Amino acid sequence: MFDDFFIRALIAGIGIAFVTGPLGCFVVWRRLSYFGDTLAHSALLGVTMAYTFDLNIAISVFLISSVIALILIQLQKKTNLPGDALLGLLAHSSLAVGLVVIGFLTFIRFDIMGLLFGDILAVTTDDLLVIWTGGALILIVLKLIWKPLLASTVNYELAEAEGLNPDRAKAIFTILMAAVIAISIKMVGLLLITGMLIIPAAMARNISDSPQKMVLFSIIGGLLSVVLGLYSSLEFNTSSGPSIIAAALILFILSLFKIKQSIKLKN
Amino acid sequence: MNSNNNILVKLNNAGFRQSEKWLVEGVSLTVEKGKIVTLIGPNGSGKSTTAKIALGIYKNIEGSVEKYTTKVGYVPQKISIDWTLPIRVYDFMLLTETIEDSAIDEALSLTGVIHLKNKNLGSLSGGEFQRVLIARAISKKPELLVLDEPVQGVDYTGEIALYELIKKISDTLNCGILLISHDLHMVMTATDHVVCLNGHVCCSGSPIDVAKNNEYKALFGEKASKILTTYEHKHDHVHSDEGEIKKN
Repeated sequence: MFDDFFIRALIAGIGIAFVTGPLGCFVVWRRLSYFGDTLAHSALLGVTMAYTFDLNIAISVFLISSVIALILIQLQKKTNLPGDALLGLLAHSSLAVGLVVIGFLTFIRFDIMGLLFGDILAVTTDDLLVIWTGGALILIVLKLIWKPLLASTVNYELAEAEGLNPDRAKAIFTILMAAVIAISIKMVGLLLITGMLIIPAAMARNISDSPQKMVLFSIIGGLLSVVLGLYSSLEFNTSSGPSIIAAALILFILSLFKIKQSIKLKN
Repeated sequence: MNSNNNILVKLNNAGFRQSEKWLVEGVSLTVEKGKIVTLIGPNGSGKSTTAKIALGIYKNIEGSVEKYTTKVGYVPQKISIDWTLPIRVYDFMLLTETIEDSAIDEALSLTGVIHLKNKNLGSLSGGEFQRVLIARAISKKPELLVLDEPVQGVDYTGEIALYELIKKISDTLNCGILLISHDLHMVMTATDHVVCLNGHVCCSGSPIDVAKNNEYKALFGEKASKILTTYEHKHDHVHSDEGEIKKN
């Protein structure tokens, strides 16, 4: 069954949507979309490292993104630069360094478009294993830190005062972000991963009245985006990443009508 | 068994400095089971900071904090709920601890907002939100309750009812309460111990003692002193404006 490249892509995409759904909600709630972008851009360095040292791409991306996240947290503590400038600095310099390194690696043929925008042809059976076991691990850990993370999202001091250790939850969540980028980079591409995180979550916000519902709808939105996006990618011969994100955007636009309705009902 | 077993939190000469500026320093106080300790003082006098030191929110403090309980309920001075997070009153009640539905209903009924249970938190008025905050803090039956201006924005009759509720909770749950309040009437009638702050401890003691203190008068004015002393009816003496006692 896994012989068909399209089936492989579909199974990979479904696995990714299960993980990006809940994490994307926290990205929206905690205003981390630029943080996600920065980690995703730095993933290019991880990819070049994987090719150079013949490592698994997901693992190498995970390591590099985690390191970048740690550097970012340190810089935030030690410099006076505002957060967005720091993020821009790290995002673009790591992307640039990644591209320069690729220029040096002339002995390997890179599919730059595939790296940036995703390539459904690139998903192997090994990748499926990485995505589904990695994804399951991410979800289990997220479930464990759900309460402190949500409580500190609402109010850090409340969580700290009532003994939930929000700093630890935040650190673990940062690592989960690096992990989700690592497992979705082949499919969605590093320029569009943040879109996969925030667009289904933003869609879900429009139709939810509780955190749990938003997570659920975000997963459903992600799944629909993957299925619709991949079929149209096959049909129109477009890159998989942009097709999935475009499908997510259509769902988001549809969800806006629900908002209008509820506003009308209130009046 | 000595009386120390009743201590829930103890501040020893505690202070907190943020970028070279002392927010508060040299605070020593003790909150015991079943007792209400109230912090009073003008804006910026370090009341909230002291509460956060007691709660362990501030880490790099001067002096020390000894905390003997982990069952803490906290009503912060300010919470803003971001629109991006859809959250109902019901979800909010479960934020830091999983509690029974019956306990949620009971707490919401006590603060008079049971009808808002399924409303979105963002749609509540200021007073309604405060009632939900109090309900959430008491629903987990804490041993230590820290209330930072808990009745701000609540209507006048509601304010009195909520203060009565706070007093009742301190009795029934036998929990210690650290209260920040601007309401000197409340301070007088229900508090066991008052700490008057102005960047440091101006004076502290029983409400009557504090009301008589000259530093307190300098801070709040003569009128505030009179508000407090008028509550003491069974006097065999009267107070002069200077706080001197004249036998009848």
